Order: sequence, then C-alpha cells, then structure tokens
Amino acid sequence: MLHIKCPHCGMRSQNEFSYGGDATIKRPELNKDISDQEWNNFVYNRKSLRGKHWELWQHLSGCRQWIKVERDTATHEIFNTLKANEDIS
Amino acid sequence: MIQSFRLENVGLINRNKKLSFKFNGKTYYGYEGDTLASALLANGVHLIGRSFKYHRPRGFFGAGVDEPYAIVQLYRNGETEPNIKATEQELFEGLVATSVNCWPSVKFDVGAINNFLKIFLPAGFYYKTFMWPKSFWYKIYEPFIRKAAGLGVASIKHDKERYEHKYEYCDLLIAGSGPSGLASAYAAAKNGARVILAEDKSRFGGTLLTSDVNIGNKSGKEWAEGVIAELKEMPNVTVKNRSQVFGYYDHNMLVMSERVSDHLATTKKFHPKQRLWYIRAKEVLISAGSIERPIVFGNNDTPGVMLSSAAKEYLRIYGVLVGKKPLIFTNNDSGYETAIDFKKNGIDPIILDTRKDPQSEIVEEAKELGINIKFSYVVVAAKGYKKVKSADIAKISDNKEDLGVIENINCDCICVSGFWTPTIHLASQSGNKTKFNENIDAFVPGISKQNETTLGAANGVYTLNETLKSSFETAHALSKKITNNDNKISFPNVVEKKSTTHDKFWCVPLPKGKNYKRFLDFQNDVAVSDIEIALKEGYRSIEHVKRYTTLGMATDQGKTSNLNGLQLVSKIENKVVPAVGHTTFRPPYNPVSIGAIVGREVGKHSKPTRKSPMHNWHEKNNAVFVDAGVWLRPRYYKKGDENLFEASKREAKNVRTNVGVCDVTTLGKIDIKGPDAGELLNRVYTNAWLKLPVGKARYGVMLREDGIVMDDGTTTRISENHYHMTTTTAQAANVLSHLEYYLQLVWPELNVNVVSTTEQWAGAAIAGPKSRDLLQKLFPNSDVSKEGLPFMGYMEGDLFGVKARIFRISFSGELAYEVNVESDNGNFMWEKIIEVGQAFKIQPYGTEALSTLRIEMGHVAGSELDGRTIPYDNSLEGLVSKKKDFIGKRSLTKEAFTAEDRQKVVGVVPLDKKTSIPEGSHLVKDSNAPLPNPKLGYISASCWSVEYDNPFSLAILKDGKNMIGKKLFVMSPLKNKVIPVEIVSSHYVDPKGERVRS
Ligand SMILES: [Zn+2]
Repeated sequence: MLHIKCPHCGMRSQNEFSYGGDATIKRPELNKDISDQEWNNFVYNRKSLRGKHWELWQHLSGCRQWIKVERDTATHEIFNTLKANEDIS
Repeated sequence: MIQSFRLENVGLINRNKKLSFKFNGKTYYGYEGDTLASALLANGVHLIGRSFKYHRPRGFFGAGVDEPYAIVQLYRNGETEPNIKATEQELFEGLVATSVNCWPSVKFDVGAINNFLKIFLPAGFYYKTFMWPKSFWYKIYEPFIRKAAGLGVASIKHDKERYEHKYEYCDLLIAGSGPSGLASAYAAAKNGARVILAEDKSRFGGTLLTSDVNIGNKSGKEWAEGVIAELKEMPNVTVKNRSQVFGYYDHNMLVMSERVSDHLATTKKFHPKQRLWYIRAKEVLISAGSIERPIVFGNNDTPGVMLSSAAKEYLRIYGVLVGKKPLIFTNNDSGYETAIDFKKNGIDPIILDTRKDPQSEIVEEAKELGINIKFSYVVVAAKGYKKVKSADIAKISDNKEDLGVIENINCDCICVSGFWTPTIHLASQSGNKTKFNENIDAFVPGISKQNETTLGAANGVYTLNETLKSSFETAHALSKKITNNDNKISFPNVVEKKSTTHDKFWCVPLPKGKNYKRFLDFQNDVAVSDIEIALKEGYRSIEHVKRYTTLGMATDQGKTSNLNGLQLVSKIENKVVPAVGHTTFRPPYNPVSIGAIVGREVGKHSKPTRKSPMHNWHEKNNAVFVDAGVWLRPRYYKKGDENLFEASKREAKNVRTNVGVCDVTTLGKIDIKGPDAGELLNRVYTNAWLKLPVGKARYGVMLREDGIVMDDGTTTRISENHYHMTTTTAQAANVLSHLEYYLQLVWPELNVNVVSTTEQWAGAAIAGPKSRDLLQKLFPNSDVSKEGLPFMGYMEGDLFGVKARIFRISFSGELAYEVNVESDNGNFMWEKIIEVGQAFKIQPYGTEALSTLRIEMGHVAGSELDGRTIPYDNSLEGLVSKKKDFIGKRSLTKEAFTAEDRQKVVGVVPLDKKTSIPEGSHLVKDSNAPLPNPKLGYISASCWSVEYDNPFSLAILKDGKNMIGKKLFVMSPLKNKVIPVEIVSSHYVDPKGERVRS
C-alpha cells in the first residue's frame, strides 16, 4: 500500500485516496472550436508511461482535495506532491 | 502408547504437561511445547501423507516453515482447517488431525498407482493432460484426479472464530529473532528506537537454541533469553512470537500474521484466532536466517529422509530421535553437529561426507567421539517404501561423476545437509536486486529498493561473531539516523566452532542401469527428469520452466527446492546459476488463512449499513428491506401473507388512486453555495440553468466527458446563491467527487462550495391524486394550491413546529411532493404524514412500487442510465442545450452517437398481456434465426403495469424511434423463455404528463 503525502494533511495510506489519472491533461476550454483529434486526445488517448508520471489523486476519505502526485509507475516511488492549484514544474 | 523415540532430560518441552491427540483416528501422547510433528515423531510416526502427483508416501522433511510434506487437515474448536503444517502446528490437548491427499487411506492409497502406471508422469503434466481426448478426460481422468488430489478440504461452514487487523508504525521492524534479530533489536532499542521484533515460532532465539555457542560467557540459549526478557520490559519495544512477517509491500508496508490462539485448544473469550498486522516501518531489518538445502539422490522423498538441521532441532528442542540408526549425508560441517548430538545421546550415526579430506574443529571432534565417517561417499538411493530401511551408498570419484561399488547399509533415517540457502524472500519481495554469492552457491540480497537491510544468515553470513557484530552496528547506525541518539552497547565475547568450506556437490549421479526418481521439489513432485524433459522440449527461461514443471509453485514456494532446480538448469544449459536467475518471490512467504486476510469484515461488518431516520418505523410496519448500495430501503410493506408481487401492486395502485408515501432519504443531496453556483450547474448539466428563479426546481442530466449519461436529478434554487442538488442513491458519492474535480482542477476560478448533505435531510415523497389535499393538512399555514406551489415549485413550511422544505417534484408521474426535514425530525415527519394521511387512505410504498410507477411512466433510472447510454438513448435529447457548452457536449457529435438507427428507449408489452418479461432479455426479430441471433436491444426494466393490469417493460432498442408498433421477440436463454411482444412508446401511462402538472 502506497504512503502518499497529502499537501494538506500529511502522510496518509493509499486507501484514503482515489486515483484520478494523468495530471497533465488539460480540459479544452468551453465553447472553443476544436478538432475531433484534440477532443479524443483529451477524453481517451493516454500514454500509460513507464517511469515518472504526474497523476491526480483525490484525498477522498480525508480533506477531499484533489492533489497532484509525481510517482514512478514502475517502482511506485513518489517524488513530489502538489496542491490542485500548484503548477507542475 | 509409549513415546519410544523420546529422550529423557533433553529438550525444551514441558514434561509435566502430557497432552493427548489424535492422528488419523489413533490416539497418541505428547508434551506441552511439542509441535504436532515432534509429537508424532516421538511416537515413531513417519508416514503422514501422500505426495501431490504420484501419491508417494510422505513423511517429515523439515521442522518448521520450510516443510514441504507434512501438511494435515486440522480439527480444532469445532472447526476444520486445511493446509496446516504439522511442523508449525503446536500441540494442544485434544488436537485432532488427519492426512490429506490420501484416498482411501494413508497406508493404502489408490492414487499411488500413478506412481506405477506413470500415467501422469512427465513435466507439463497439467498442460499435456488437457490435450487428451475429451471424453477420456471428463469420464476418467478428471473424476479420478478430483478424488485423489488436493491438499485438504476447506470448511463450508461459517467460521465462528474472530480475526483482527491491526495497524502499527515503528522505526525498525525486525523479522526473525535469531542471533541477528536479537542483536539488532537490542542495539536499536537501547538507542531509543521504536522496535517491533517478530518471531515466527513460539520460542525466541532461532539457531541459538540449538547451537553450542557462547556469548558473553552465557550459552546461546541463555543469552537469547536474557535479551528477550530485557526487550519485553522496554516501553519502546514490541516483541511478538508466533508472528510471521509474510509480505513486504510498497513504501515499507509489511504485513505480519500473528497466530494468537492456534496453539490453544479453544480460543479465549474476546480473543481473536489470528491477527493481521499492517506495519509501516521506517527501516526493516530482515533476520530471517537460512534454510538447509537438500542433496539430490535416488528416492530422496522416502519418509525418513530429512534435513539434518531438522533432525537436530527435533532432538535439541523436543528431545525426539528421528531415528535410531541415523545416516548423515553431508557436503559441509553442519551434518557433523547433528551426528555429534546423536552420538552424545547414545545413538551411533554414520556420516557420509562428499568431501575428500575436510579439516575443521568439528570434524576432529566427530573423529574423537569415534563416529563412523566415510569421506568421498554419497547416498545413491534410499531403500524402503513407507519408511527408509536402508541406503545404497557408494564412493564417488574426485570429479563427482563416477560412482564406486554400491553397498547397502542399514539405517532408519537419512539426515541430509547440502549447505545453507539464505531466506531472501522478504528482501526480494521489497524489490531488492539479489545477487549470486559463489562462496555459498546461493542468492543473497543486493541493492535495496526500499529501506531494508538483511543481516546474518539471511545475508549469507554464517559465523556468529560476524553476524552479531554487523547486526549491532547496522541497528545502531539506523536507529541513530532516526532517533539522533548515540548509545552504543558493548560487544560481547563470542565463542563458536570454526567451520571449513563446503563441497559444491548437490546431486548424486544415477548408477548405470538405474532410473531412480530424484526429487527436486518435494511438494509438487518435480524430479530431475522433469526438468530435463522441459529443457529438451525447448523451455529456456527459468520462469517458463517453473510454470511448465510446477517447480517451486507449491505452497512451500520452493523453499527447499529452488536452488537445486537452478543448479540443474544451469548445468544442462551450461550456464552459471546467476545467468539463469531465480524466479520472483511473491507474498505470502507462508500460506495465510483467508480468515486473517478478511479480518473483521465479515457478514454485516463487511460494509457499513446506512439506515434512514425512519428505519425503525419501517421495521415495525413489516417492511421487507432491500440493499440499495450500503443503504437498507423498504422494498415493500408486507400485509398478511402477501408476496412481493402482490404487495407492490397494492402499494403502486394506491398511489395511482389515493396517496402513498415513500422514504427517499437515500437520494444523494449536495448543498451548493456561492455566487458562481448557477454557472457551475450550467456547465455540469446538459440543459440551461442560468435563468432558474429562486424557489424553483429543475430536472437535469449530467454527462461524463465521453458523452455518456452520468446521473440525473432535480436541483432547486433555495436562495440567490444557494442550490440544493439531488442525485441518484447510487451515484451520490461519484457526483460529489465529479463536482469537486471541476471546481478544484478545471475551473478553480468559479466561486462555489459543494458539500454532501445526504445525511442531514430526511425525505418523504408524497405521491398520488390526493397528495395535495394531504399536504394542505400537513401545512395548514402554507398555500400549497396549484397556483401557490406549481409543478417544480419550492417553498419552506412549518410542519407542526418543524421547519420543512417542500418540493413539488415527481418520480411516480403522479401529482407529487417531496418533503425534507432535518434528519432528527425525520421520524416525526413520517409519523405525522401517516397519521394525517389516514383520512386520504395513505399507504407507505417501497422501492418495488416506486419502480413500477416510474417504469410505466417511462421515467428512465439507473437501469437505463447504466453507463452505456447517451441522452438520446433515454429520450432526454430535449434537455440537451444547443446553445451553451457543458461537460461531455463535444462527444455527442460522434458518428456513433448521431447514427440514424441509434438505440432508444421504448416500451415493450407481451402480445398475450400475461407473460412477465425477464429483465436482461434480448430483443430479436426472428426467434428461430440461427445462432448467433442478431440482437436488437435488451430489456432494461420490467414491471406489472397497475394502470393497465398487464406486464410492461422498458427496453433500449436499436432504431427505437422507428420501431413503435413493430412486433419482435423477447428471448431469455437463462429463463428459457421466448415471448412475442409489441414495441410501444416508453411513456405508457399519461404520455402527456398531465398528472404531474395537475
Ligand atoms: Zn488531505
């Protein structure tokens, strides 16, 4: 079980969190005319990277905040966590 | 019965407490402190089971966790449990155990014909058997294997024992209480670290209990006892015996199973049988020791052939002789320790040493004691079927390839020592990149991935002095890093015998003309010949060889077999062992009971039970409940001997004629506040929300980004910046997360707060033509007339002194209202509604009637909004705004979603107006079409229409829009039904929706 540092609550066990996918995906702006390809990239196309990866988790059974977690998808090592409003550098 | 193999005055057992037990129906005696294995051996019982594949007789091979054979079915405390190792099960008064894998009995085993017929002989047994003619398989092999195979029987009864889970944090978790475990626990504890020391066995001390060593002028055993006693007194130390750390998971999370009561005849009141510990440790020290490895020779699975260290442990700990004519077969000094122990207790052993001329203290000692030692000698084959009776032995050439003349010598046991294999399972599980150590012919931990360090024999360090030294130092350094303390303890003086190098010899060649089975894996019956076949058939990767031959795949995970298997593969492939590599070790290290894994999460504790504030009233009024997620909802209220069908029909009918009341507390409720609340709703729902006036409710549908309907419900504008959203019971939690996602990550600029208020409000739906009259009586001071509270209107009212929210919304399609009060007043509200409603013939109705009402009105719900449908499919396209953008809108332009013949919800009526249509049935054009019959749609929900008194269903049907009036067939292969039906509008009752607006 992973040990995730919630930027709001501190170190917590994985079972307090739920996974939310790739954190680098940006939703297209509302009312913007975009191509099918752009939309499909947003809704469906994911890279499933091996290695370092920024992803979203929600501290569901805690502060309920969505957070950004930099994790190695192969080793599960966690390098960094950010609040929702902090930018990935 | 006399325990004829028990020594007097030797061992750590309690001879004042004699225990009786039964094995295979026969009564025996042992002592407190025995294991089932030691007690059986004390009684001379060596035959304990049959092997898995060939059903060869099986005895004892080890004395602990590494035991591959002695697996029994245990009966304790009115329960039965399979897969119990006799070497681990402690004896208690009245213990009952039986052999497994023997049919009809351990002494006469029908399965043993496998051994002679060799039907199931080769490697790839599982794969090849499936290739046989089908008829042969079903009729002969499968029933035969089913009856003859298996490792015990799982109980089908509810387990009345209690199992617990515990979460713990510590600075250092130390797995194993041998010399390295004790030394490191002591050093770390003295340096102020929070330490958990776990020992798998009942006794602490590991090999210190059986070795002739001296630490600080004490015997190893005395030193161990002293350290443990001191550790137990320290507040920063938790010391646990009968506790096995079996799994090493991510982020230094380890799991340990504590056998709290398994060693007792009954479990004490309020005690668990077992406890599972989830331990998050800053540092982990693995002091799991090593396991002796066998030398491979002919018939090396015969009962009486066992590890030399096991024979020593039975003697030293339990005072039990595993034989009276022991033959010790060794390639290193360890075998001599066992031989000397025999000799000192009046038994004359013979040592066969594969080495030519070893020079060491212990070899000298054995010579001085007059033990018969044969150098450059090997056991060629064990003789005897159910027990070793003699051994064929021979001299072996210096190159270890040629055997001399075969001699037969009498013996009743063969104690084997092929040197030591470090227990690297935990390190490997943690992700450690293990490396091969040539000096000991085994893998040892290499580069750590997590915070773990392996010490002592588990790290390939076999001298006590070095083990203690490195353990003291490592534990001090690690604890210093954590606690910043620097308390060093003085290093004790250590006296031990120096040993010389072992012989790399591991497998005795077959003598000419003989074809003895030489086993590598004793639990799965994998012999040298099986590996040879696998390699001949082209298997190369050790992972493939493992799966094809099942080497190391039994419940013992190859603890005694892995390395010899690797040696063989590397020899045939002409590679070095590290190039072959070992297979991956996975948790659990040792089998863990399902009960321990499940813990307390059984029965009603498996999930929380949510009840509405009116639950007690429902119970008192004969409600029959149904699970709605974790909620319990009344399905119907039973009157007399009504069944579900009759009761729900009565309840639904009463709603259509008079008035009914339904507990809708379980609906998800989300309070939404902030100046941008309207804007959020406008982006989340498919329809327009910016112009909703205060005091009005609106029905809304929300989509996922892929265009699929996520949920529906009504949201009411309570005041300028305050909305009350309802969701379906099932999606309540997901919708909240969904809103939080968009507010926190996508549109943080929106000034809105959302919070779940599901549990803060109790809700009652009042539905039926008389509902307004009832409502007026409930709220005499409010104007609830058609004009005062129009359809989709909202007002606050006073319910006999209780503040209430009144919504004019309808799920049943009737004139209906929903009243919400604070949860604490829920029961009061309900009772008032029932009381005042008597004049209007009110009846409560459950979810079954609720479904009937919504189905015949064509209101879509969870069974249509099933994660596969878009608004159009549910005839909700009218609610999809063309003007504004919203979540998921862009996906609705997809080709499949705009296809002319896109699926759509329709109504389905059986032509005979009698036959009920099973939910989940398929709709087809031709009931006689050849398979696979093209499926046009499926039945999503069925009811008995109370309006028309015939069955009615909803279906999602391809090209539904053009199918109204068509005749199709409903097919349910599961229920074996074919029903001719007509497709009608989904709005079966009141299609214009006049009633809700009345
Ligand atoms: Zn948090």
